[in-house]
Amino acid sequence: MKALKTFTNGLVKENPTLRLVLGTCPTLAVTTAAINGVGMGLATTAVLIGSNAVIAAIRKIIPDKVRIPAFITIIAGFVTIVQFLLKAYLPAIDAALGIYIPLIVVNCIILARAEMFACKNSVPLSIIDGLGMGIGFTIALVIMGSIRELIGNGTIFGINVTASLFDPAVIMILPPGGFLAFGVLIGLLNKFTSVKIKKTGCAGCNVQCGVYAAGKEGDA
Amino acid sequence: MREIIVIIMGAVLVENFVLVRFLGICPFLGVSKKLNTAIGMSGAVIFVMTLASAFTWLVYEYLLAPFGLEYLQIIVFILVIAALVQLVETVLKKLVPSLYKALGIYLPLITTNCAVLGVALLNVERQYNFLSSVLFSFGAGLGFTLALILFAGVRERIEMSDIPESLKGLPITLIAASLVSVAFFGFQGLFQ
Repeated sequence: MKALKTFTNGLVKENPTLRLVLGTCPTLAVTTAAINGVGMGLATTAVLIGSNAVIAAIRKIIPDKVRIPAFITIIAGFVTIVQFLLKAYLPAIDAALGIYIPLIVVNCIILARAEMFACKNSVPLSIIDGLGMGIGFTIALVIMGSIRELIGNGTIFGINVTASLFDPAVIMILPPGGFLAFGVLIGLLNKFTSVKIKKTGCAGCNVQCGVYAAGKEGDA
Repeated sequence: MREIIVIIMGAVLVENFVLVRFLGICPFLGVSKKLNTAIGMSGAVIFVMTLASAFTWLVYEYLLAPFGLEYLQIIVFILVIAALVQLVETVLKKLVPSLYKALGIYLPLITTNCAVLGVALLNVERQYNFLSSVLFSFGAGLGFTLALILFAGVRERIEMSDIPESLKGLPITLIAASLVSVAFFGFQGLFQ
């Protein structure tokens, strides 16, 4: 029961992208096509499951003072593994995602889950949490990717939808379209669902990365 | 000389790290609400970015590459950046307290700033030499500054305007960022 709750928590209630608004860089950068969203989402999920499992397993051994560097090293190890697996077996995805694969290391969703969940819970539960959060992230990326691909290229997953009806608005798959699609998506969520997102999730996240601390002067 | 200008201006305008490459969005959204915090943050980013890419270039060229350890790149880079930020913080505190006072609270942020790791990785990917790496990352830092300061101005104006309830806060900020990004898009193809 608790396992199911942990799993669905990441999908809806605490969806890392659409509710907590963490990890905005990959959300904006790689979602030029729905398939890139799947690739990035699953790569992040793999890292998240691996790092959550290892951190939960050795949570009692890591001294409290050096836990953040220890977490980052473990995460970087898994990112390296995922990067090489992608290079070997899915070179097309690796080429499309470019430096955003190694940058999974600094995706704050992963560090936030390590700090908020994996270092306080058992290994199986942490794996489930990683899976739920990862799939929640993947779904959000696919939604963003589909919207941008549909409007910007007239296709979804490369399948022709509206491309033959009218000229697509190319701006949506260019950088400005990323900001626009995400802004409008969050605006629509605010309008039609019970969530009210006014700022990024930094305020609710207790990882001391400092974005919130520095932003508080300007009330981030 | 021409090459130097091309590298710096390219990093500032053509592939602006925030608005074109989407690196460092967290501090861009978090710290751009007031002009003075934006300036403090930008100063810290330029400083650490330039230093970090000089160090990571040296580490890659003289430690990783000769021993065939390129596969450790990600782990080593993130640790070098984290250690460097710690070091800079300690040294500044002791030697230049006035600068520490101005940049202090922004320094820890930079370890998890993807723009800093991103610039280090791009330097390796593009096989820049030492000087080009330093210039490129200095330009990237300047581009970050330009985006942050321009956008802080835009956000101060947004505060004053009448906005639909559901767009208030983050959504309108993102939409405004999109318009600023369109402006930067005009620089595409400035060189070549």
